[in-house]
Amino acid sequence: MQPIVIIGAGMAGFTVAREVRKLDKDIPLVIMTSDAGGFYSKPMLSNAFAQNKQAAQLVTQSAEQMAAQLNASIMASTHVQSVDTATKSIVTDGAPITYDKLVLAVGAQPIRLAIEGDGADQVQSVNHVSDYARFRDLVALPKHGTSARVTILGAGLIGCEFADDLRGAGHAVTLVDPSPLPLAALAAPALSRGLQSALVARGIVMHLATTARRIDRQGENLQVTLANGVTFETDIVLSAVGLRADLSIAKQAGLSTARGILVDASGQTSATDVYAVGDCAEYTVDAGGGTRILPYIAPLMTAARAIARTLTGTPTTIDLKDTPVIVKTPSYPIALVPPPQAAQAGGAWQEVETDGRTICRFHDATGIMVGFCVAPQDAAIRSTLMAALGSPAAAPAAMDAAG
Amino acid sequence: MNTYQCIVCGFVYDEAVGMPDEGIAAGTRWADIPADWECPDCGVSKADFEMVQV
Repeated sequence: MQPIVIIGAGMAGFTVAREVRKLDKDIPLVIMTSDAGGFYSKPMLSNAFAQNKQAAQLVTQSAEQMAAQLNASIMASTHVQSVDTATKSIVTDGAPITYDKLVLAVGAQPIRLAIEGDGADQVQSVNHVSDYARFRDLVALPKHGTSARVTILGAGLIGCEFADDLRGAGHAVTLVDPSPLPLAALAAPALSRGLQSALVARGIVMHLATTARRIDRQGENLQVTLANGVTFETDIVLSAVGLRADLSIAKQAGLSTARGILVDASGQTSATDVYAVGDCAEYTVDAGGGTRILPYIAPLMTAARAIARTLTGTPTTIDLKDTPVIVKTPSYPIALVPPPQAAQAGGAWQEVETDGRTICRFHDATGIMVGFCVAPQDAAIRSTLMAALGSPAAAPAAMDAAG
Repeated sequence: MNTYQCIVCGFVYDEAVGMPDEGIAAGTRWADIPADWECPDCGVSKADFEMVQV
């Protein structure tokens, strides 16, 4: 019997494997990865500094432990060269392999900005535990003392998490973003302003509505020149401007792709018996065939569970319910469900301040609540707001009285 | 008494300690925690916790 082959040993690949094993103890399972094959949680990379975690501490299980736990064969340090979906065969730089079912869980790669200057090649990005190890070593160089100057490009979810985390560990952080507010793509303006105030109060410097134009070496330091003319010195530049799905294998194999690898309602790509999940996938999110990239943990878990059921013989549709995105900024902890793109025209945010908490609800053109964001957040307010999704707007006064 | 760890964020639930702040008394078995309970730190579901030996 040919195995289920999973390419990628990140959260997506290992979650599919784990869920398959819950359903079938014996079906052969192969996990192929270009890294060492240990398990770590990628979301922890952006809040591990303040906890003073070494990269090695983030790898909670080695490849050997994972292989034993999952009764799987892990092909570590293996690079896929080509996939032939007609013959169901994979050529690698190690042994070739054939599959019964294939799961692409290859993740996403950091977007590289075009920046001028002889220091542009010093820009770091952290999207893998090995990047975290390198970045941590740089920050810890003795010449920086106890406080390194770190400039973060991009004040989105990851950029803000890193900023708060590094500041929490005592470093001098500068955030640069082309939007006038942090987290502008996800949060309501009132929440973005709240986050901005909290990060500034913590001592983080923000340069908003501008971009880094040049990075030049200046002796031991780097000099950043912004598009608005401001220049400053820094020790380290970290790019957190976003990720792009890794489409290399999918394109070589002739699969349909858009921003991600397109999958149908069950997670299957345009090739029979080939599935995609996690940051590399672009999910079908509605009956009309609308597709979306959902690079968050909750959709990954939901998709992995459904795909595991399908792989073990029970065809299952991925039921992508709204789940809150949690922004791990301890200075201002946010939970949010961004309103769907299609619902944004004609809709509006409604802001309420209550008990030291900011709650923004997004109502679509017909007055139905389709998104929210809240800070500071906790489990209770998350579930209250989740329960209100899909309901018509209440009068703000009545809501205050009830809340 | 066992401990369970969220595979996403590392949050640890210790049966011996419970989570009194969330209304879960000390000594509450993992099996007795409702299925719709979420990780208080990152919001993933109970099913995304694994038992760990600490």
